[in-house]
Amino acid sequence: MTQVSTPSAAPVPPAPPAAAPPSQPRLGLLGWLRFSWRQLTSMRTALVLLLLLALGAVPGSTFPQRSLDATRTARWIEDHPTAGPWLDRLGFFEVYASPWFSAIYLLLFISLIGCVIPRTRILLHQLRATPPRTPKRLERLPAHVAVEVDGEAEEVLEGARKALRAKRYRVHSHGPGTLSAEKGYAKEAGNLLFHLALIGVIVGVASGYLFGWRGDVILPVGQTFANTLIRYDTFSPGPWVDPSALAPYTLRLDEMEATFESRIQSKGQFGAARDFVASTTFTPADGSPSRAEEITVNGPLETGGGTVFLLGNGYAPKITVRDGSGTVVYSEATPFLTVDNLYKSTGAIKVQGPKGDLGFSGFFLPTGIIDDQGPRSVFPDALDPALALTVFEGRIFTSSAPQSVYSLDTTGLTQLTSAGGDPLRIWLKLGQTYELPGGRGSITFDSLDRYAGFSIRADPGKTLTLVSSLLSLAGLVASLVIRRRRVFVRVTDTGPRRLVTVGGLGQGDDDGITDELADVVARLAPEPAS
Amino acid sequence: MPNTSLAGYANLAVYSAMAVLTLATLAYAVFLARWVPARGETVASVAPESELVPAYAGTSTAYTGGSGDAGADQPAVAAAAEVTAPAEPLGARKAAGIGLSLTWLATLLLAVGVGLRGWSVQRWPLGNMHEFATFGSLAVLAVFAFWARRRDLRWLGIFVVAPVLLVLGLAITVWYTEAAELVPSLKSVWLVIHVTVATISVALFGIGFALACLSLVRDRLATSGRPAWMTRVPGGAALEKLAYSLHIIAFPLWTFTLIAGAIWARQAWGSYWNWDPKEVWTFVIWAVYAAYLHARATTGVSRRTATWIAIAGFLCIVINYAVVNVWFVGQHSYSGIS
Repeated sequence: MTQVSTPSAAPVPPAPPAAAPPSQPRLGLLGWLRFSWRQLTSMRTALVLLLLLALGAVPGSTFPQRSLDATRTARWIEDHPTAGPWLDRLGFFEVYASPWFSAIYLLLFISLIGCVIPRTRILLHQLRATPPRTPKRLERLPAHVAVEVDGEAEEVLEGARKALRAKRYRVHSHGPGTLSAEKGYAKEAGNLLFHLALIGVIVGVASGYLFGWRGDVILPVGQTFANTLIRYDTFSPGPWVDPSALAPYTLRLDEMEATFESRIQSKGQFGAARDFVASTTFTPADGSPSRAEEITVNGPLETGGGTVFLLGNGYAPKITVRDGSGTVVYSEATPFLTVDNLYKSTGAIKVQGPKGDLGFSGFFLPTGIIDDQGPRSVFPDALDPALALTVFEGRIFTSSAPQSVYSLDTTGLTQLTSAGGDPLRIWLKLGQTYELPGGRGSITFDSLDRYAGFSIRADPGKTLTLVSSLLSLAGLVASLVIRRRRVFVRVTDTGPRRLVTVGGLGQGDDDGITDELADVVARLAPEPAS
Repeated sequence: MPNTSLAGYANLAVYSAMAVLTLATLAYAVFLARWVPARGETVASVAPESELVPAYAGTSTAYTGGSGDAGADQPAVAAAAEVTAPAEPLGARKAAGIGLSLTWLATLLLAVGVGLRGWSVQRWPLGNMHEFATFGSLAVLAVFAFWARRRDLRWLGIFVVAPVLLVLGLAITVWYTEAAELVPSLKSVWLVIHVTVATISVALFGIGFALACLSLVRDRLATSGRPAWMTRVPGGAALEKLAYSLHIIAFPLWTFTLIAGAIWARQAWGSYWNWDPKEVWTFVIWAVYAAYLHARATTGVSRRTATWIAIAGFLCIVINYAVVNVWFVGQHSYSGIS
């Protein structure tokens, strides 16, 4: 009743008590759950999650990842004392295992399942149901054609039915003089397959993590590897793996061949690796006879209990250490770990003696020089091999804590010095011997062997992952290529002739539907009527 | 041992292609300049089939059978278009013709370049950044040249040819790598499968990117209404559809790249997925383009938003190529640049 058109003098009427807001139903717990589920499974949410997934994956490429390179990660954190620990807490060095990244992809997959299940139900229903009734006014459809033809109505309709069937439509007549046809169910089926197969990929990846294992071993030429846990340098089993159940095969490294670029002098090419071939003798676990096997970088060896990959190689100089009386106390091919592309390698020689231990630590250089950058290698092949070592004495193994074979823990050791008081530096070429000061003995660089770095891995999930991803690709192609179309036909009398009206409805942008209708009509009236 | 004289001829072919592409760029620029509608002239844009057909179908309820070919009514439509837009200037037509012929010539020269490079190193010529860029440029030119035979794409010419010229310039200078044998991990049949498909996919995404950008600009221009050559190219919606049609070819190819890469990674590195930076970015690109296709299928998300996602996708490709290859530490460090 309040006339507000004259706002001037009229006394403001008292506000109606409790201007009752439109009463909304209370959601309640179930309601909220249903609401959240609807939101989570909406296409919009999936879109946002997909973009978040892309965004969330990026830090894993910009920051060093602990699982890939723990040393580089530790160094990064050390170099950035403020940001480092915080980023570490937020999971930036373990992105793909971090709670937030996991949350994104888990939500995405829940959303995917919640979206795909109802759609599958609808598709199954549609596959059983008949195409919908012919609309009253076909000329309102986005594409439509009308044509006059001769013949009885039934005949014409039959012709249309045949034409549509020939174009692989499902045809149904809901009433006299009309046809409803639909095709392209495989588009939706492909789309669903794409999404469902992605679940297969995730399951495959997860089972690979749970049941897979990997182990690394460094094997110098001439030595034999027996596939037992104790022989691995590192072994990382999945949570559900029984490491004692390894297949007992053996692998002997007969020769390790490495070729490097020496003819092209340009930067980036000179010294580049060209070929790595590990010639081995493989004795299968099932007792069948030994056979020669070549393992190359792109040619792993399937053993039946894990696959052997050639992932690295390097040098194992044979070093002999004698004590003051000339007795040999150490004589082994000692693998040095390769640290750069020119095969500068680090390693350690640990000699335990009754009076005290001797520890040598330093570099092996296949083509070694010493300049202002210190000892370094200028070519990866063994053209002029050299060892650059420093020496320590004392007790090496003071506790039972495991030590790396390739580095010397110098705590509790004293470094030997030269007469001038500088640390003692040994530079040994192939075949040379160095006499340690104070009658401590000598060290000899006897000969040089190569080693192969094998990684032995098993991933029971990989077949599922591969098959799922290929199915996913097939589904994707089907969903993008196939068109879902509905075509309706109505035949009416127009004097002596029949008027056939054909209407078509495509899903999404379907520019080809007009051609499709024209084609149907052409099959109906093969001779030009004009 | 790579044959250095053959590699020299390969570079010569690339340089020649670049010279030809420079001329093609000029020709396409002249075409666009001559194509600008005169002041006050009513403009009818190039009619791609996608825009024409619905209109034609709507008005032809009295369509009487006939050959059943959609092109049957074409002359009438062409005549109708001529009423609103006078025949385009002869100069424009000539320039575009020259541009197209030069594009073909450049494509052939580049094909010779890639072939000679492959011959000189006795392997598939996709082993370093120089070779990826050259092969990718060839793919872009070939896709464009063949596509331009099927529909009027003269207005797109400069937006394909000029970026290709830029990429070739980088390929022969910054990214140049001497003809050489490959490192052991690249010696595999998967190099041919994985890298070739990836390069073709990137080429398609690249042309799609050009179309996506044009569609956004064209949309803006439709509201400003100033006379420009832009008003002659197909409408924003039609351009967007063209972009989409390329993306839906490129996306499955990229998915295949991802799968083939995983198979190869397992063969060469022992594990099919290592979260190596290059793998991460390949995945990021896949997710962004998946989001694009998803956005385009979502009601309530505008085509414009979807197009922006596609543009973000191509920027990720550029990062993946120009930044990740060179600067990021990973197993894919094959750029040959040090």
